[in-house]
Amino acid sequence: MSKRYSWNEFQKEIADDHYFYARSCIRQNFFPGSEQAFLNIMRNDLGKDVFEDARHTSCTGIGYHSDIVPLETIMTVVARQFALMTEAGYENLTSSCITSFGIYTEILETWKEFPETLEQTRKSLYEATGRTFEIPKNVAHTSDVIFHNREQIAEKAKLKLVNAMTGEPLRVVEHIGCHYAKIFPSKGVGGSEFPYVLAGMIESWGGEVVDYPERRHCCGFGFRNYLVQANRGYSVANSRKKFESMAPYKPDFIVCNCPGCTMFLDKWQYTLAEMEGSTYGQDNRGIPVLSYEEMAGLVLGYDPWELGMQMHQVDVEPLLDKMGVDYEPSSKYLGKKGKFIGAPKSAIVNSSPAEKYYRIKR
Amino acid sequence: MKVTVIGGGVAGIQTAIALKELGLTPIIIEKNDHLGGKLCGWHKLFPTMTPAEQVLTPLLERVKALGIEVMLSTEVTSIDSDGVQTSQGRIESAATVICSGFDLFDATLKEEYGYGIYDNVITSADLERMMNNGKVALADGTQPHRIAFLHCVGSRDEKVQQRHCSKVCCVTGVKQAIEMRRWFPKSEIYNFYMDIRMFGAGYEEMYRSAQQEHGIQFIRGRISEAAPVLNGKVQIKAEDTLIGRPLKMTVDLLVLLIGMTAGQSNKCWTRCAGITQSDSMFLKPKNMFAGNVCSDAPNIFYAGTVTAPKTIGESLNEANAAAMRVAQYLGRL
Repeated sequence: MSKRYSWNEFQKEIADDHYFYARSCIRQNFFPGSEQAFLNIMRNDLGKDVFEDARHTSCTGIGYHSDIVPLETIMTVVARQFALMTEAGYENLTSSCITSFGIYTEILETWKEFPETLEQTRKSLYEATGRTFEIPKNVAHTSDVIFHNREQIAEKAKLKLVNAMTGEPLRVVEHIGCHYAKIFPSKGVGGSEFPYVLAGMIESWGGEVVDYPERRHCCGFGFRNYLVQANRGYSVANSRKKFESMAPYKPDFIVCNCPGCTMFLDKWQYTLAEMEGSTYGQDNRGIPVLSYEEMAGLVLGYDPWELGMQMHQVDVEPLLDKMGVDYEPSSKYLGKKGKFIGAPKSAIVNSSPAEKYYRIKR
Repeated sequence: MKVTVIGGGVAGIQTAIALKELGLTPIIIEKNDHLGGKLCGWHKLFPTMTPAEQVLTPLLERVKALGIEVMLSTEVTSIDSDGVQTSQGRIESAATVICSGFDLFDATLKEEYGYGIYDNVITSADLERMMNNGKVALADGTQPHRIAFLHCVGSRDEKVQQRHCSKVCCVTGVKQAIEMRRWFPKSEIYNFYMDIRMFGAGYEEMYRSAQQEHGIQFIRGRISEAAPVLNGKVQIKAEDTLIGRPLKMTVDLLVLLIGMTAGQSNKCWTRCAGITQSDSMFLKPKNMFAGNVCSDAPNIFYAGTVTAPKTIGESLNEANAAAMRVAQYLGRL
């Protein structure tokens, strides 16, 4: 990986401040702590201005990629997001979701190539809502924004991506997600083959990036692979291919760029353990899967349960112990004001039975 | 009468020799510090396996014997109807022959193959260099056991804006596969191709011999990506389009058969009236049939790969044709 310099050829402009924030459907449901962590890191640790409008909606990308939402409709929905941004006085859009990011870039390029579609969209939006909009000056995925600020985060770091016992860098598998740069390589940091957006964070924060044969392979979500129930085996098979390929490199954790990938690489490990009895982690358990906000949050010293890491299928405790994170094991399933939020049944991919902590607290 | 020859590769050298033999006064301007162009980097030439030096050395000796003026380490910065401007000053001449050749495709642009990143992914030019140096080995110095050649890297590829066929890479792939078989008799050798275009005399026979006598496996399918594996080997993925199935294989060495791209200097030459580029960015001859070595400017001519990918033999022939046209233009015929 030492020769991996090609990302320098692919740079993109990332706005420095004043972002309009667009959330992700999947993350709000499965990793809500990550989105909050992004806002906290940006506002509290980096002193940046991030605005969000509760009226913004799904980009409808999942529907679009499933052939349910027509192109004209998604263009108008996206135009409405831009209208909310314009009304709030912002020019830089940052999206929490890779699919949304892909949608925004695809639509902006379409409008550029086919200006009549932009005019039609303006007309449709105005007729439907009375709103008008400006094209964003800058569109960045939230990982781009964290990447942009990675050195400031490194300066404020409480912990490094280093094994606290041995001093060795943690070995990290990064998974980018197809819609980040495979559609428009120039829109992603590092292009489509050797994206650097997560690798840059890992290196700046002391970890070691693991390159492995199936690094570029899709996580298996693939929309129709998962959404059509009969195809789900295909989705699992793709994830399995990746796990089989990365396991010999003994990664300490996986960090994902895309909400769907985070979910599938985490949850399919449980599925595979149930289906085949196979686990891929070093301790015969699963490999923890983090979002980049969670990774940044741990580096900055956030409490893992504040980051929402109890929502993971694969337990993160072995990683927390390796990093030397100071956390309270028994608080894992306690929500605000100490209220028990429920615990999943223990599974082979978990490092210790959830019931243990549950019983203690109850 | 003075004639400027831009470029000291085989086309430029032969043009100058022919011009001199026709009674003209050629001057070769070469940007490098030696003559010979790309041929200096080649080991053996297809389809006869003739050592490259057996072609180059007599040419260089002839240049010397004829007393042809050569300016080395000199860059031509512009061309006009009365001569050329160079980094060493202006040269007035009655005619100019552009023999500035081609560039090798930059394999790092096909990022999916990891050239420059993975140690055991090399180009066909690298392999020629290794053979010339007398040592073909993996990055750790050991011998390769399983070797894959990938055809059409940077040619017939819209993604990297190289739509043209580079013509010589197919036969180079066959030649190098046979050479590797000779270097490593027990190795497994695979050539991944989308077409095998054996256009020249003896090429098809060489291709057949590669399969029948040298046991080279030819697989119809382009490699989609290369990735490293733990022991320094390279995993490749392709589709075998003859059996319609995906294929995954681990090889010790992946050789990318890089194509010919139009020379970077071509754009600069088009600032001169009468010189234009074709869609492939090579220079466009006045006429593809009767005026292959002519530009639209009456006293500017072309020879060799400046107009399209060509073999060494074709470049040498074209050099003679260009010299004849120059002589004709200058009233020496």
